[in-house]
Amino acid sequence: MATATGQQQVDLREPGGWRRAKNQLATVAMWFAFLCLLVPLGFVLVTVIAKGASTISWQFLSNGTIPPNILPANIDGMGAAVVGTLEITGFAAVMAIPLGILGAVYINEYGGNRPLAKLISFLADVMTGVPSIVMGLFIFTIWVLHFGYSGLAGSFALACLMLPIVIRSTYEMLRLVPDELRQGSYALGATKARVTLTVVLPTAIGGIVSGSLLAVARAAGETAPLLFTILTVEATNSNLFSGADTALSTQIFVNAAQPYTGAVDRAWGSALTLIAITFILMIVARLVTARFNRYAR
Amino acid sequence: MSATVKAGPATPAGPASGLSPRRPLGDISFQVIALVSGLLVLVILVLIAVTMSQQSTSWFTTEGWSGIFSTDWDPAHGKFGAMAFVYGTVVTSLIGVIIAFPVSMGVALLLTEVVPRRWSQPIVYVIDLLAVVPSVVWGLWGFLVLVPWLQPIYGHVASAVNGIWILGNLFGFLNGNYVSGASFFTAGLILAVMITPIVTSLSREVIATVPTTDKEGAYALGATRWEMIRGAVWPHSQTGVVGATLLGLGRAMGETIAVALVIGASPTISSHLFTPGYSMPSVIANQFGEATVGVFRAALIGMGVLLFLLTILVNLSARAIVERNARRMRGTA
Repeated sequence: MATATGQQQVDLREPGGWRRAKNQLATVAMWFAFLCLLVPLGFVLVTVIAKGASTISWQFLSNGTIPPNILPANIDGMGAAVVGTLEITGFAAVMAIPLGILGAVYINEYGGNRPLAKLISFLADVMTGVPSIVMGLFIFTIWVLHFGYSGLAGSFALACLMLPIVIRSTYEMLRLVPDELRQGSYALGATKARVTLTVVLPTAIGGIVSGSLLAVARAAGETAPLLFTILTVEATNSNLFSGADTALSTQIFVNAAQPYTGAVDRAWGSALTLIAITFILMIVARLVTARFNRYAR
Repeated sequence: MSATVKAGPATPAGPASGLSPRRPLGDISFQVIALVSGLLVLVILVLIAVTMSQQSTSWFTTEGWSGIFSTDWDPAHGKFGAMAFVYGTVVTSLIGVIIAFPVSMGVALLLTEVVPRRWSQPIVYVIDLLAVVPSVVWGLWGFLVLVPWLQPIYGHVASAVNGIWILGNLFGFLNGNYVSGASFFTAGLILAVMITPIVTSLSREVIATVPTTDKEGAYALGATRWEMIRGAVWPHSQTGVVGATLLGLGRAMGETIAVALVIGASPTISSHLFTPGYSMPSVIANQFGEATVGVFRAALIGMGVLLFLLTILVNLSARAIVERNARRMRGTA
């Protein structure tokens, strides 16, 4: 500490004057930074709730025909998009979560210090940084060009986004599993697969579930990867595997810039629905973490 | 990272032990399945690079390097220069990072050094909520609420700084009296809000690794909290925090929908930040639907390839910095 070294006598008084003011100023600045986060979050939530709440009704959420832009928001509803979001995100989760967990099992349980495991771990890091729109273009070039638009293509794109996040969070959890548990199971004569499936994964399950739910919450709100993979349709397409589909996020995007109040109201209503879905997923993830933390202690 | 040796299953000591010398088939197949899932990451990344470059070759062959890096974007006349979009991407994400960095640092320090642990949970909660608000919701709010609200403010700022050297060029009027709510700066603001959660939580992890003895030492020398942060926390976490910010920069560069809605969709290069611009991801999102002709589509996919390379480059340098910092810190500890 440069300020203290030059002094001959030890000064035990409260730091006074300028030093104290600077310290208080810094603390105030930190709280101000937090305020900078709180204001946009509060602003966005209040606006979405205020504008979306009047639009949302049971009919809005369940009626599967999205009306033309010029019609007001109380006619028909966004059911098609709700179904699309749930189906597409759900199937993406079904693909990405098991694969991600297995990938993390390879890195942590089998890989050890092998270069291949290090490479995969590194590439998973790189993959988290790939922009979501690039994933959309990728699925477009590799799938949509050959098999056409479908909800499945959207699921593929979202699964590509979830995969590295699931790998990372699972890997972090597996690292925390004490090695004594593995050693004890091996001593009983169990095979590695058995130890992993019945001892290691159950021990880490809390963190794995909450990490996966956060990945799903992220993916549910994504728009860019869906634009070129599912297209947008106005009627419910409950068949995930064929035909263009629609989702809440893409509906918000197309409706946001429309000059008609009906369309804009529908965008706000969809935004509130989407935020509700992602927040519920996130809160469940937090509850799972809290519950397992208590259990672990 | 741990130095402990992982235990492996017992190796049977030959037939005499009475154990089967062969690993059961189920055990082997589980290992193979895990390996294949791990390799999937590698396969996807390679496929992204290969298929997307393939689909965009016609852009590179018809336009050439000079065509690609020209500022001329006019799909109707077959002109596909990407420079205006590269410029927009770089400018908006830089604005985002410049705003997000101090805010993230402040909140990260608040969480680690100021608030007691019991209180930090609600703050973490706010950050988490901020992180899961979908980007299209930020876009919708930005487009319908923030842009109209900022327009007159930009007007006031511009008239205040107009004519002042540099400031006038950045924040002044374009052509005498023109500012727009949908602009580079608005996009940068939205990006700042969107990347703050990730930069904050990464910085927080870095700051949490500062040894308690260093901090206590600073306090024992009579330092105030701020002096302790300057003297003990900052030198230790400097590079790690820079790495975290670079990761945020990578995020900002790839952010699509929110930027597409608030940037104003005008492929121009201008130093005036209160005027409309365009960025690589947002032009892909906005124009891909119309891009049915060969070169137009190839150009947009090619822009995706550029974006992919750019973000990977930023991410790799961020990881390298963080990694080197972690090694250095282990060395001194």
